[in-house]
Amino acid sequence: MPRRGDVGRVKPARFEYHSPRSVDEACSLLSSLEDAKVLAGGQSLIPLLNFRLARPQHLVDINRVEGLDRVYARDGGIAVQALARQAAVEDSSVVANLCPLLSEAVRLVAHRVIRNRGTVCGSLAHADPASELPAVLLALGGHVVTRSARGERLIAAEQLFRGVFESALAPDELMVEAWFPELVEAYAILEESRRHGDFALAGVVRAGDNLALFGVASTPVLADPSDPSRGLEPSADLEATAEFRRHLVRVLAQRAMAA
Amino acid sequence: MKVNGVDHPAPSDTRRLLSDHLRHDLGLTGTHVGCEHGVCGCCTVLLDGAPVRSCLMLAVQAEGHEVATIESLARDDEPLHPVQQAFHECHGLQCGFCTPGFVMSVVGLLAQHPHPTAQQIEEGIAGNLCRCTGYASIRRAVGRAVELTR
Repeated sequence: MPRRGDVGRVKPARFEYHSPRSVDEACSLLSSLEDAKVLAGGQSLIPLLNFRLARPQHLVDINRVEGLDRVYARDGGIAVQALARQAAVEDSSVVANLCPLLSEAVRLVAHRVIRNRGTVCGSLAHADPASELPAVLLALGGHVVTRSARGERLIAAEQLFRGVFESALAPDELMVEAWFPELVEAYAILEESRRHGDFALAGVVRAGDNLALFGVASTPVLADPSDPSRGLEPSADLEATAEFRRHLVRVLAQRAMAA
Repeated sequence: MKVNGVDHPAPSDTRRLLSDHLRHDLGLTGTHVGCEHGVCGCCTVLLDGAPVRSCLMLAVQAEGHEVATIESLARDDEPLHPVQQAFHECHGLQCGFCTPGFVMSVVGLLAQHPHPTAQQIEEGIAGNLCRCTGYASIRRAVGRAVELTR
């Protein structure tokens, strides 16, 4: 049984926990609370809380909101609601039929055990520049739908990603749905990572004639398929130099456009 | 929440992780804690049958759900679960620290794919780190677990 030192042991810094049952309730919490963070799958946020890199005063856990986990066809594309787990998208035949690029991309996100909890909308809201799904949304020209006490808003992929871990969502907005258009043209998602499931050193997404890059700028970026590394200034770290990342972009883009 | 078939109240501190709750409040120390940011896979448990990282969930989030830990697979004096038996036979462990996480991931993998391909096996264990075995014996153990489950 518990040893004395373990009693009351917690990792995250102090926060107040809220568990709304509806989107309206979640939005009213987000509009009234100062420094609140939405908790969906938690596969990015909880590590940040455990390390105390994130210290929000309030956590709004949307996991008990009913009817927010659907993956369905809408307006010639696929809508993925806020609580749809990445694993559900991976297993969805509707997604495989209408947007196989999304099925393929989601399999590159971490590992199945993570995808059992992690959500597509969470990945988009987290806006990690090295993550696959933001680049997929950008290459496809999709959008997200947000809700707040002020109403509903649609944000196009090109407007959504503002910087490293920074999206265009206002603090009182909840992303309720992401929409990925149907794709009948050629597609590919290629990335180079040290190990399966790791974040990519560099990656490319092709959707028809569009090419989006990830892991090589502060946000996912659209690139010219004939000169994909033009103007790129990727960061350098222990894993890869900037020049190596530009090299990867050129090679991966060439392969993707030949697919 | 139900843990291994028994009802337990959620902890009063909402900051308590599910992994810490299992170990320190319920005494279920078979769930190991390695990295606490979702990389090592040691803390993997089943949530409503699907493997998840217990260090990446707040314990209060498991309220109303069913959690299964390594302790649920074979009680004392019961034969080992097929996945445990396979790890035993194939030397799928050395120090054993990562083993509960591997076993729970493999239980989840075989529930999803009862007859996994070699690639599905590799992907199924790719989210768990082992510093002893070099993985070859673990891969064999998964194949053996498939045979034992038949």
